[in-house]
Amino acid sequence: MIHSLFLINSSGDIFLEKHWKSVVSRSVCDYFFEAQERATEAENVPPVIPTPHHYLLSVYRHKIFFVAVIQTEVPPLFVIEFLHRVVDTFQDYFGVCSEPVIKDNVVVVYEVLEEMLDNGFPLATESNILKELIKPPTILRTVVNTITGSTNVGDQLPTGQLSVVPWRRTGVKYTNNEAYFDVVEEIDAIMDKSGSTVTAEIQGVIDACVKLTGMPDLTLSFMNPRLLDDVSFHPCVRFKRWESERILSFIPPDGNFRLLSYHVSAQNLVAIPVYVKHSISFRDSSSLGRFEITVGPKQTMGKTIEGVTVTSQMPKGVLNMSLTPSQGTHTFDPVTKMLSWDVGKINPQKLPSLKGTLSLQAGASKPDENPTINLQFKIQQLAISGLKVNRLDMYGEKYKPFKGIKYMTKAGKFQVRT
Amino acid sequence: MTDSKYFTTTKKGEIFELKAELNSDKKEKKKEAVKKVIASMTVGKDVSALFPDVVNCMQTDNLELKKLVYLYLMNYAKSQPDMAIMAVNTFVKDCEDPNPLIRALAVRTMGCIRVDKITEYLCEPLRKCLKDEDPYVRKTAAVCVAKLHDINAQLVEDQGFLDTLKDLISDSNPMVVANAVAALSEIAESHPSSNLLDLNPQSINKLLTALNECTEWGQIFILDCLANYTPKDDREAQSICERVTPRLSHANSAVVLSAVKVLMKFMEMLSKDLDYYGTLLKKLAPPLVTLLSAEPELQYVALRNINLIVQKRPEILKHEMKVFFVKYNDPIYVKLEKLDIMIRLASQANIAQVLAELREYATEVDVDFVRKAVRAIGRCAIKVEQSAERCVSTLLDLIQTKVNYVVQEAIVVIKDIFRKYPNKYESVIATLCENLDSLDEPEARAAMIWIVGEYAERIDNADELLESFLEGFHDESTQVQLQLLTAIVKLFLKKPTETQELVQQVLSLATQDSDNPDLRDRGYIYWRLLSTDPVAAKEVVLAEKPLISEETDLIEPTLLDELICYIGTLASVYHKPPSAFVEGGRGVVHKSLPPRTASNESTESPEAPPAGAAPGEQPDVIPAQGDLLGDLLNLDLGPPVSGPPLAASSVQMGAVDLLGGGLDSLMGDEPEGIGDTNFGAPPAAAPAPARLGAPISSGLSDLFDLTSGVGTLSGSYVAPKAVWLPAMKAKGLEISGTFTRQVGSISMDLQLTNKALQVMTDFAIQFNRNSFGLAPAAPLQVHAPLSPNQTVEISLPLNTVGSVMKMEPLNNLQVAVKNSIDVFYFSTLYPLHILFVEDGKMDRQMFLATWKDIPNENEAQFQIRDCPLNAEAVSSKLQSSNVFTIAKRTVEGQDMLYQSLKLTNGIWVLAELRVQPGNPNLTDLELSLKCRAPEVSQHVYQAYETILKN
Repeated sequence: MIHSLFLINSSGDIFLEKHWKSVVSRSVCDYFFEAQERATEAENVPPVIPTPHHYLLSVYRHKIFFVAVIQTEVPPLFVIEFLHRVVDTFQDYFGVCSEPVIKDNVVVVYEVLEEMLDNGFPLATESNILKELIKPPTILRTVVNTITGSTNVGDQLPTGQLSVVPWRRTGVKYTNNEAYFDVVEEIDAIMDKSGSTVTAEIQGVIDACVKLTGMPDLTLSFMNPRLLDDVSFHPCVRFKRWESERILSFIPPDGNFRLLSYHVSAQNLVAIPVYVKHSISFRDSSSLGRFEITVGPKQTMGKTIEGVTVTSQMPKGVLNMSLTPSQGTHTFDPVTKMLSWDVGKINPQKLPSLKGTLSLQAGASKPDENPTINLQFKIQQLAISGLKVNRLDMYGEKYKPFKGIKYMTKAGKFQVRT
Repeated sequence: MTDSKYFTTTKKGEIFELKAELNSDKKEKKKEAVKKVIASMTVGKDVSALFPDVVNCMQTDNLELKKLVYLYLMNYAKSQPDMAIMAVNTFVKDCEDPNPLIRALAVRTMGCIRVDKITEYLCEPLRKCLKDEDPYVRKTAAVCVAKLHDINAQLVEDQGFLDTLKDLISDSNPMVVANAVAALSEIAESHPSSNLLDLNPQSINKLLTALNECTEWGQIFILDCLANYTPKDDREAQSICERVTPRLSHANSAVVLSAVKVLMKFMEMLSKDLDYYGTLLKKLAPPLVTLLSAEPELQYVALRNINLIVQKRPEILKHEMKVFFVKYNDPIYVKLEKLDIMIRLASQANIAQVLAELREYATEVDVDFVRKAVRAIGRCAIKVEQSAERCVSTLLDLIQTKVNYVVQEAIVVIKDIFRKYPNKYESVIATLCENLDSLDEPEARAAMIWIVGEYAERIDNADELLESFLEGFHDESTQVQLQLLTAIVKLFLKKPTETQELVQQVLSLATQDSDNPDLRDRGYIYWRLLSTDPVAAKEVVLAEKPLISEETDLIEPTLLDELICYIGTLASVYHKPPSAFVEGGRGVVHKSLPPRTASNESTESPEAPPAGAAPGEQPDVIPAQGDLLGDLLNLDLGPPVSGPPLAASSVQMGAVDLLGGGLDSLMGDEPEGIGDTNFGAPPAAAPAPARLGAPISSGLSDLFDLTSGVGTLSGSYVAPKAVWLPAMKAKGLEISGTFTRQVGSISMDLQLTNKALQVMTDFAIQFNRNSFGLAPAAPLQVHAPLSPNQTVEISLPLNTVGSVMKMEPLNNLQVAVKNSIDVFYFSTLYPLHILFVEDGKMDRQMFLATWKDIPNENEAQFQIRDCPLNAEAVSSKLQSSNVFTIAKRTVEGQDMLYQSLKLTNGIWVLAELRVQPGNPNLTDLELSLKCRAPEVSQHVYQAYETILKN
């Protein structure tokens, strides 16, 4: 099981270590540093590194490496999932997960880590339970604690720990009972030069914020549940009911949680809401090139596309770009060669475009690679897969809750090759 | 007001200051001080000097302070064991606390204090906690057993904690069950033989019930445990699969992958005609695809596993090619894995798409990735024949880009394409030759040279091209030098007239100026071939080459099956069985897929030895790999009989006309003969090959002599062949064999089967020193290379003149077998009767005297049960195995046989055998053995039993 955890910042300093079994010397991280040196970028450090006596499994998030040390054959996904859970927990506790924040809260961090694992076995990873054991720091609580001498550590066994619904604590009370659901879909797509789709898939999630008194039992039904053939559920969802009736039936956790995530990959189901027209040419003879891109709406079901940003990593040979956008602002960083254009809304009557010239290194040959264009956008009030919630019912409690559902479509990894 | 203030005191007297604060009367100050200590600890500072002061803070009602002190204790108790004892009382008291949180905390922390002395005090509280009324305490205690086992395994067993832990599997609370399973699995890992997790249909049912209700982590433990179970028939397998399938929709990817493992393993037992089989296949695809939308680290592990799954059951993901398309901002380790899987999934149906993608990747920025993409195009061409033409033209397009590393990779793969489809795409050679100058990597240079040599007759200036390489011969890498040597010889054989000088030049460069033995030897071989028989040379050098295999990088089927059992583990990430990398081989048990069985058949355990194995012989004496290795590694693995050392190459170069008329035939009708060409004679370095065969032939003639002399051809009893070395342990080489004794000569009859995907050559065998000095009398002669799925039978003559070392058991033989892949070790037991010599008949008087002479304590009594033979049958049976009956006496209806035998090392064994003929109730024979070396008696008895019962 998990032996130790080291947190390492991007400059290679170990700023926190925690051991669940015997102490493993931090020199074991040297193997990690070696691998880090070999990888050109932090993202490229391999997640599994063997050393003579241990294995190092790492995740890289928020510019911090979370390196777990294991000694025996342990499922690596188990370790990596757990590490991601640690990061999520930190984020949940402190709002952000960064080196200064972790250092500022080092004792809470340490206490939380101790609660999460025992001898390498996960103990409590549900944030509801953790928060009852170790209360997250707030300014008010710090002040109160200093005055009264009370502590951040709960001294009662969390009620949810062992119940049939470990994700929900008992005795929840709200004056306003509300349940909100956000259906968020991200389109991952690769478009080729000519604008046709190479791959496209939708990663959808339903995130919920449920603040309901007591032990409510909810059911959520869809207009077109057949869309959902590849789903991952929160443990609270009753799988049998879904299998037989295609209805989500569950006792929700308290607060924010991800009810389900789903995946729609059949090509014809994925509508592509935007297109990019591009013409980029590097001329061999002179040290100038031409650059022009236009963004326009495609299948938007009558909704507006907002929050459009275009980014593109230019080849090394590009020295500078002089461009004029028809709307929005653009920047080009001559060091990282990153072009980014904040477009904003797309007005179908007047398509936004960015034109101009790029200057190339004199004398150098034409760059080999073509820049790929990365697109970000948002469409409110639309789930691009067509998924629609039919109704939400509540059983087990008498009050009338306030219910709300929101749809949104975003670009995930949306790439256009040129 | 943040914790960063705890880091600020970096003055000299920091420890001193903390000490004062820890001993302060104010609670608040104490707590702050402990926090400071913990903060220092997290960054790796040594604060162990404060141990007594921190422990003093333990007696408190403040839970936070208590937890902090515990944190400190866990870290430093090991370095201050005596001080740690001070804390024991508080722990014991806390284990009685009414608050379950505190009880659990105490037992948990105690387990983390890895000090021997504390463990004694831990037992009682732990026992109580394992039976605690609160499940939270029980589940914590379950893990504590695993901790304690890690510190003192014996104690855990003595105290009966393991049984309590097993009982917890039936606990009413699923969380407790999950933790008990986890703890037992961890303990079992260090005790591979112990049957801790005794899985039977009842316990499986309990686990499956708990699976639905416990936490995600518990589900992983339970699923991994389920995967070790072998269902008794396909119906049970199906019902388990049905109950595991819902886990595929879990949000935790580790749960999903563990479920995939269980399903992949149990699917093996289901019949393919079953509707359920098809349903299951369909259900497996979506969760695997979903894993790919997770974080990159998870994707990586998932991809490594998918790589295995795709090789085992390609049908699962055959329609999902597109999810493996690479995004430009994927981390490099994800990109490379995706590429690998794309090629595995490539088929005629999707090849166009795949090629378009690969072409796209070939223009990316990352050099490693681009190279692999180019190689992938070549692999597609070899895998999907219909696409070859398109692949070649894609590669040509890429060569036109003139990007240096792209060109070089393209040339390397085009060489492979030529080997797969000879005489098809040679039109592109001209284009390749244009890029000759830009090649600077050895592999690409070697590939280009190979192409020039292979197609020399179609390249007008082949000699010039090769000559240009020859200039810097000594600066080239070995790979290029070897290739250049071969290419020029090929060229010479194709165009002898213009290239004599060139070939002489390269031969002398290779043989005289090179220090590399490979190069020198290859040079000599060519030289001798060319000088003695150019026609033969042509046949050898220009022989038709076998086509390269479709996919060279598939995992061997036996290894693949084993790896499927390890889905989701580190083994699946490395594509190696755990025995290959888990430290010390501790707790490694080979796993294998369950056999496909129908419900009415009984399931054989997959680990059971094959039916041919002699019962009672094989399983009990496989020594630990370690000591076997140690012994055998000291041995030289060459054939025991070697020719005289090679003569030094300093022999003068005679100007003998060696090509002679040979070349005429080679040249056919060409007008200008080159009969007068003088080649320097290659240095005489011929060993006498006849010598190598000598021992065998003499052995054979001996055999014939004896045959005629003795006149019996029956020979002693031969056991059926048993598998000595399973293919799984020897990279696909399976060895089974037995021992025979045929009139005076002992041999080891071997059957070698190649279950790997590659050809095996260069076999050699060596024995470790053993009790009777058994040694191979000739090298292991496998004449032709052993191709995949081929089997050869070899009889290896043995003698008993090798070095002697007493083995345990006496008849244990440790063997090392080498082939072109690796060296493998195994051990086997030989039946002692192969050592009974032909002249083992003792004179009657001598027998009597010796019998009296050997002290009575050397006499050993045995019973041979259920052997309904009369004295004559016994006597003749034994005689054929060189056990001689000297006298027979009949006393009260019982036949007493007096027998003698002699072992190869001159030890005499005398026997008295009591046979009771005519009495069907008494079929047991009684055997008394007397021998000066009583340790052989047991084995002689076994030999008797084997001979008489077969």
